[in-house]
Amino acid sequence: MKKLALSLAAALALALPAQAQSKYPERPITMIVPFAAGGPTDIIARIVSENMSKTLGQQIVVENVAGAGGTTGIARALTATPDGYTIAMGHLGTFSAAPATYPGLKYDPINGMQTIGLAGGTPILIVAKKNFEPKDLKEFVTYVKTNTDKVNEAHAGVGSVSWTTCTLLKGQLGVPKLNSVAYRGTGPALNDLVSGQIDFMCDQIVSVAEQVKAGTIKAYAIASVQRSPALPDVPTTKEAGLPEYQIEAWNGIAAPKGMPKEAVDKLVAALDKALNDETVKKRLLDLGTVLPTAEERTPAGFAALIKRDADKLSPVLAAAPKQ
Amino acid sequence: MSEMFANLALGFGVALTLKNIALCFTGCLVGTLIGVLPGVGPIATIAMLLPITFGLDPVGALIMLAGIYYGAQYGGSTTAILVNIPGEATSVVTTLDGHQMAKQGRAGVALGTAALASFFAGTVATMVIAALGAPLTKLALLFGPAEYFSLMVMGLCFAVVLARGSILKAFCMIMLGLLLSTVGTDLETGQERMTFGFPPLSDGIDFAVLAMGVFGFAEVLRNLENPETRDVVRTKIGRLLPNWDDIKQSIAPVLRGTSVGAILGILPGNGAVLGPFASYTIEKKIAKDPSRFGKGAIEGVAGPEAANNAGAQTAFIPLLTLGIPPNAVMALMVGAMTIHGIIPGPQVMTKNPDLFWGMIASMWIGNLMLLVINLPLVGVWVKLLQVPYRLMFPAILIFCSIGIYSVNNQPVDVAFTALFGLFGYLLIKLGFEPAPMLLGFVLGKLMEEKLRQALIISRGSFLTFIERPISAGLLLVAVAILVIALLPSMSKKREEVFTE
Repeated sequence: MKKLALSLAAALALALPAQAQSKYPERPITMIVPFAAGGPTDIIARIVSENMSKTLGQQIVVENVAGAGGTTGIARALTATPDGYTIAMGHLGTFSAAPATYPGLKYDPINGMQTIGLAGGTPILIVAKKNFEPKDLKEFVTYVKTNTDKVNEAHAGVGSVSWTTCTLLKGQLGVPKLNSVAYRGTGPALNDLVSGQIDFMCDQIVSVAEQVKAGTIKAYAIASVQRSPALPDVPTTKEAGLPEYQIEAWNGIAAPKGMPKEAVDKLVAALDKALNDETVKKRLLDLGTVLPTAEERTPAGFAALIKRDADKLSPVLAAAPKQ
Repeated sequence: MSEMFANLALGFGVALTLKNIALCFTGCLVGTLIGVLPGVGPIATIAMLLPITFGLDPVGALIMLAGIYYGAQYGGSTTAILVNIPGEATSVVTTLDGHQMAKQGRAGVALGTAALASFFAGTVATMVIAALGAPLTKLALLFGPAEYFSLMVMGLCFAVVLARGSILKAFCMIMLGLLLSTVGTDLETGQERMTFGFPPLSDGIDFAVLAMGVFGFAEVLRNLENPETRDVVRTKIGRLLPNWDDIKQSIAPVLRGTSVGAILGILPGNGAVLGPFASYTIEKKIAKDPSRFGKGAIEGVAGPEAANNAGAQTAFIPLLTLGIPPNAVMALMVGAMTIHGIIPGPQVMTKNPDLFWGMIASMWIGNLMLLVINLPLVGVWVKLLQVPYRLMFPAILIFCSIGIYSVNNQPVDVAFTALFGLFGYLLIKLGFEPAPMLLGFVLGKLMEEKLRQALIISRGSFLTFIERPISAGLLLVAVAILVIALLPSMSKKREEVFTE
């Protein structure tokens, strides 16, 4: 027995230096998606990781660790060994909004993680029931400000993208205490918007585009710099008179801090290659995603985006009434 | 009408792809299998198979899960007839005359009649779903949070009244389910409730964990204490197809059973279970010679079998049109849809027409398959009834644990499932039925959400539930059904129905 242990130790001693020299990646990589399978973040993670696997020569295994608005999964990924074999796909909520939304957050997205790059952004739309009085965004702003006791806003629960982006809107309009109705997901909220039970909501273009096209709800503006090819008739917030309301629900890859530079470089290159692939591009665009710029695909560019949105959201979210 | 046929054509287009046919077949086969085996019900099986469907597209996954559900209805009858053990709750009645027929050497005819009656009822029920789906979805647009809340109150009242055993116990189980559903992060405020500062509870209790524990694990425990005595019919099964006399005797009961079952199936609160009982009672009441019942009357097999299959299928109507599950299996289907990113509700039909109509078409195809699976393969199923539990149960437990772990990749989920397993066993021992609890658990989340939404919109006024006519009507029905059930004369009758 002792002999066996000794020879095992010797074998390990021989194997270790060899391992240190070898090339990353030499075994499958785990990508933690902090939401249930089938959601928008999960779909983007699966599309991108499939192509990245081919480039890296090792399988990226998507693992769904849902919970607490995505913070459970991100916390698990960011506290893993920083060896490049555990990475995570997070979004606006988990990286920019979470520090202000969850006081006891177990990770620090600004200083405590290694960003890889942005995978895609989804524009946010301000939508309302079809017979809601205001005709355009300017009227909407005045109407909401003067009818704070009458208007009902819907969102998909505290911490969700719709809640985060609408809280920003209400903060900017100076009506943070507007009556707000929580739903479990934007699907049920959309049901009630279509049937006119509630007045307006903010949501990702993917979820609302069909209904806007069908005319069952109306869209006031899209909170991005450019109009979306999916809904070319909807003006941007800039055109419609609320230029300061600019927000996007994005998804991007991050990893624990302190991982080898070689691994970071390889992941960044693989992500960039995936985003240039025609099939990946097409699938992402079909989802209403805006492809990231060259700058946003770099660790520094993605970190800057996280910081920018965190700075924009933190004051409003911290001040938001938790009822 | 032409729209309905166009929709059905779309549905058959989806359901008839090779992959979906294969999934439908797998579902039906697994369903028959677990229906045949007493002890493992469709609830436990669907809960166990949920994680496996992750790799499939939503349409295929739901087609397979639905197949398991109605497949179990068929399989349950086989066990009821051959072994005198109801494979499923809905085939309890079939044991009465079905097993007697088997003892008289007419097992084949009983099985054949059951399968043909089920097929007929399934076909009719599929048409009913297709016809009622669209109008009901339009009706759903009249439903705001207040109406949904009142509808669920009514559903839970029905569930209490229709549950087997004591009304008080059923009520307690629903309340417990509602309570369990409030564990976790508050939707409106983000506050944690009843989590005891224990992080894994901050998202609430996972539906799959609860369902698999209380049904999967607990059922295994319960079965372990029963010695394996099975009264498998030793006589020959005999010819399967009923002769002309049998058919003449069965036609009217099948028609009556189908209508009764289809109507009861739509009712919230597990009306489907009541169908076979109602059908049996009707047949016995109008028979020329009621004394034949219980001694192998073919009407006593044909009617209830049609009723249980019709009910099993129309139970999909409230789920597919309003997004409200009428019973525990449908509650599981809600879980399955949510996992696949589909929010059950009136949007499903417009947003995922391929899913909606594909599922409906697959039900009819599935029924046809079941006819094929069941009749020629009866011999195989009989053999299966002889698999010893000591081989079956460890396999089930391992399967459950792997499944539960793969939902969220959280080891603590497996521990929770085991805990709920023990809890479920305790409930069974104390004579509490866990199914109403699961229904309460699923509806609880929705009910709380809708209650609070309604109150926020009405600025805190409870009168909103009475001021809105549809909501008031639903609440009125709820009160009426409770009052009727609690009347002394009715509660006595109710006991009679359930003991029969």
